[in-house]
Amino acid sequence: MAGASSDLKLLGAGPSPYVNRVQIALNLKAVNYEFLEEKFGSKSELLLKSNPVHKKIPVLIHGDKPICESLIIVQYIDEVWASGPSILPSDPYDRALHRFWAAYIDDKFFTNVKELSTADGEEAKDAAVERIAEGMTLLEDALGKCGKGKPFFGGDNIGYLDIAFGSFLGWLRATEKLAGVTLFNEGKTPGLVAWADAFSSHEAVKDVIPEIDRLVELAKMFKARAQSQSAN
Amino acid sequence: MVEEVKLFRTWSSPYALRIVWALKLKGIEYETIFEDISNKSPLLLRYNPVHKKVPVLLHRGKSISESLVILEYIEDTWKQAPLLPESPYEIARAHFWAKFSDSKLMPAIWHVFLTQGKQQEEAIPPAIEILKIIEEELKGKKYFGGQTIGLADIAFGWMANLLYVLEEITGLKLMNTQNFPSLSAWINNFSDVPAIKENWPPHEKLVTKFQAIREKYLAAGATK
Repeated sequence: MAGASSDLKLLGAGPSPYVNRVQIALNLKAVNYEFLEEKFGSKSELLLKSNPVHKKIPVLIHGDKPICESLIIVQYIDEVWASGPSILPSDPYDRALHRFWAAYIDDKFFTNVKELSTADGEEAKDAAVERIAEGMTLLEDALGKCGKGKPFFGGDNIGYLDIAFGSFLGWLRATEKLAGVTLFNEGKTPGLVAWADAFSSHEAVKDVIPEIDRLVELAKMFKARAQSQSAN
Repeated sequence: MVEEVKLFRTWSSPYALRIVWALKLKGIEYETIFEDISNKSPLLLRYNPVHKKVPVLLHRGKSISESLVILEYIEDTWKQAPLLPESPYEIARAHFWAKFSDSKLMPAIWHVFLTQGKQQEEAIPPAIEILKIIEEELKGKKYFGGQTIGLADIAFGWMANLLYVLEEITGLKLMNTQNFPSLSAWINNFSDVPAIKENWPPHEKLVTKFQAIREKYLAAGATK
């Protein structure tokens, strides 16, 4: 039962991969919602009121109830719109695998990617690329275990872990461009290369993740801003 | 034999203790394998190759790692004594607070505990701010989950015990019953639950261990 647009609001910003996760989940369930864009550098009254603890996007407001933290929101969407395609698998062990690797992506993998984008000098950059490559090998293996030969971590269709990881694809590609490196290596992680294409072109995803060039521009802007701030 | 449950843990790991509590609350029989972190067993490395840490749960021949992931697995597999509420919104809230324990409270407390002098002085106000957030959330509630103990309580459980240990070691008092009545009440309520009460590690042993950790950190000049 899809609610009326006014019943469901998503506070977010287009370039945020965490916000993209929620958008993809809502698209998968074919749910209508109102997108309230937060302006970069300021926080709206509604955001501060709905997420007083963290003051961060995304926040999903369902009726009068706010739900925070991207993956918690994704699970909420999965449970509320239970008649749509399942996002989390039903088997407890498969669910554990999806959760384990989603935690790995948030706690370790994306930290390594950020380190690459801020790395100073060739040595630091090479070390960061090495760490990311190790992570990619682990995720290639996870794709096999979770997907069991199918195109997605969720099997035939996009699931929780696809959303958790795939939401970063735009930024991963932008980082490749900015740092002049290749993170998706056809020779080393062929499964992930195919997966990245399948995910990015999926109906629920293709209009969500921003264009890579736009993200490259944004990254340059953030870096310039950070540098001018530290210079002051 | 496929229903055998094994838990790899150390006697003191607060993360592993969460799993002990969950298994006890649900009345699940299990075997404990104690690990020596300075000399990890080949089995542990085989079952948790990514992080090489405790706790690890072994069930039906498969290993699950990361305490919050294990808690969800236990909840998904054994339906008695549910640790999560029914409604998706309340489930989301339980997840939110469980995550808050690890992402916000733990780092803030460690930062106070593993520093000294000016650094420690500066670490105290942010830690107290976070305790205030928790105090606010607990107002009018017996547990994070309401009337019954749940996932968020188990996630915060380390606080009911370790906070006093750390206060004793540092001589600092971060919270008291006057300023934190709801949090103090929660600590008592939580600690009184039989499954919890019967499974606290020995206090003096914890003091000795964490004293040694603090000294090691201060000596190394670690700033985290």
